[in-house]
Amino acid sequence: MKYLDEYRDRKTSRLLVEQIRRLATRPWVLMDVCGGQTHSLVRYGIEQELTGTVEMIHGPGCPVCVTSTELIDFAVALSQRPQTIVASFGDMIRVSGSGNSLLQARSRGGKLKIVYSPVDAVELARKNPELEVVFFAVGFETTAPATALAVFHADALGLSNFSLVAAHVRVLPAMETIMEMPDNRVQGFLAAGHVCSITGYEIYKPFVAKYQVPVVVTGFEPIDLLEGILRSVTMLEDSQVVVENCYGRGVQRMGNLFAQSLIDRVYETEDRDWRGFGKIAGGGYRLRSQYAGFDACKKFTGMFPQDSIAATECRGADVMSGRIRPKQCPAFGTTCTPESPLGAPMVSSEGACAAYHRFDSFAIEIR
Amino acid sequence: MKTSMTPAMNCPASVSQSDTVMLAHGEGGRLMRRLILERIAWRFGAGDVQFHSDAACLGKLAGDVALTTDSYVVSPLFFPGGDIGTLAVHGTVNDLAMSGARPLFLTLSLILEEGLPLAMLDQVIESVAATAKACGVKIVAGDTKVVPHGAADGMFINTTGVGVYEFHQRMSAANIHPGDSLIISGPIARHGLAVLAARESIALSPSPRSDSAPLHRVAAELLETLGADLRTMRDATRGGVAAVLHEWAEESGHAMWVDGNCLPILPESRGVCELLGLDPLFVANEGTFVAAVAPHHVNQALAILQSHLTIGCPASIGCVRHRELSPVLISRGLGADQPLDEPPVAMLPRIC
Repeated sequence: MKYLDEYRDRKTSRLLVEQIRRLATRPWVLMDVCGGQTHSLVRYGIEQELTGTVEMIHGPGCPVCVTSTELIDFAVALSQRPQTIVASFGDMIRVSGSGNSLLQARSRGGKLKIVYSPVDAVELARKNPELEVVFFAVGFETTAPATALAVFHADALGLSNFSLVAAHVRVLPAMETIMEMPDNRVQGFLAAGHVCSITGYEIYKPFVAKYQVPVVVTGFEPIDLLEGILRSVTMLEDSQVVVENCYGRGVQRMGNLFAQSLIDRVYETEDRDWRGFGKIAGGGYRLRSQYAGFDACKKFTGMFPQDSIAATECRGADVMSGRIRPKQCPAFGTTCTPESPLGAPMVSSEGACAAYHRFDSFAIEIR
Repeated sequence: MKTSMTPAMNCPASVSQSDTVMLAHGEGGRLMRRLILERIAWRFGAGDVQFHSDAACLGKLAGDVALTTDSYVVSPLFFPGGDIGTLAVHGTVNDLAMSGARPLFLTLSLILEEGLPLAMLDQVIESVAATAKACGVKIVAGDTKVVPHGAADGMFINTTGVGVYEFHQRMSAANIHPGDSLIISGPIARHGLAVLAARESIALSPSPRSDSAPLHRVAAELLETLGADLRTMRDATRGGVAAVLHEWAEESGHAMWVDGNCLPILPESRGVCELLGLDPLFVANEGTFVAAVAPHHVNQALAILQSHLTIGCPASIGCVRHRELSPVLISRGLGADQPLDEPPVAMLPRIC
């Protein structure tokens, strides 16, 4: 299949692995920011092949994993409100807050609809004027333009029964948080290709200058990842500190200006609680005041939970910041499995723990 | 509820003109009798079988008898490549076929939701009748119930199947040995994707079509030709190919190894899986099966599959190995073997 097979070619992958091994004079520590990259690295055995050459730390780029407990609790409460239906992307529904997940809430009578596009949630509201439709808007800059578009649609239709829980998060502030950690070990970043298709990569220049780490915009297929790693290792070996784009087929320097304008018109940045990380300055998007009518947090303000506490046994934040590897968590594969997860990284299809549980042969021993 | 005083129930004439299923259709009176006679039973010419009593007499059967039952609750009722009627026949026929039996008779139990358009019921019954005829099986008994609006999703069907074993060998994972080859009968993941696309109204071009199809004829030829070298076979329905391999690994105590580059899949199915982040090995099939065969019979088995199945692409996908750590292994990407997990809780798309 075009645009897939050539990026999964075994022979080319082998050549790239050998090139990386030859080039590296010492083990380097890189962070793959996005959960999609994590899954490909583990699924295609890339990480295994590079053992001793490059250590990959799987970063906080799984939006489902970092969505705060209180926002999930809020969505769960809304799903149980009479005449209210919560719409969301598939991954979000299985993650628990301090109590139930949306999926568990549904089995107890909660109303839930999985949608593939935020605009589908608007359509649901238009067709069911007697229902209150709340869209649980999660995701990085990648999905924010689509939910912004949903707000425009709802506004143009004059819908009063549509609102959203704006749980969007921003990737750059999270990378800064990682670099500010006193025990940070990350020496280079594979920036998330999909996020960069919206934001472009100019935005990383001040970050690179400030923290003196190379950033390589990287895609998600094995060849994409190996090229990103090769460029990172080359730069590290040459003490080069710049931003480079290894995902030319999806990312341009300035990104998608139209999508950026959609975000700017609908959202403004705010400090946001990231699950496991605490408050990250500028870490999220909230609706601008002119769209406050669509803000579920304001519309149903009385239902917002006051004291959501996440299960403390999950060490997801330590995994996502590289302090421990998934398999080093005492709960991994024992009390924490995809069937009964203690935290989001074991639930989401992009979570690092789920990736290890599914694809890593060593994990089998633990099971 | 026969004592209900609602005027509609006391006046069959007015109810009979309804174009939807009503609770009265399940009350046991004239309406129910007419529904069964006029819309259901007449379509099933059961030949020698006594149809109008409480039980069907099947006569003497030549061989050991196989019995299976399955319920069908698919949503939506109609999807590209089939409907709940074709599924209800193919599914049960295939359960018999995969066990090595020749399917002969089916029962048909309907649970109808109040408000179901009668035209839709007709369409499904017609589909059941045509599919059963094409499969050479007789519908010999049935039941109809109506439940209040909201208590079912349009209609549910249960079919029970009776067949006879015409060959000596019984299909069982206990027959599998390390070194045996694993074969798949055709492109995978078609049914699950067709239903998913129809249910979620995902506009795709070409839209995926279900592989719903009967497997008893090809199964019989495999049994006859390969004899005991056909170790076992299983249609890869819920949970897809991965579920079958995990069951076999557990029952046999061996490991199932799959070459990820050999899996037959249509480009459109692969495209949808890539788009939605689904692993085709976990997606349901309804007319595609996995067989374990002795290694020297692989080519013969593939030739038989090729001659029977219209869409083609049967393939040898892996082999049985001695178990080390992982019950099911797959080789993909850089070639290292990785564990293939059991099917996840729900097929869900990724979000970015």
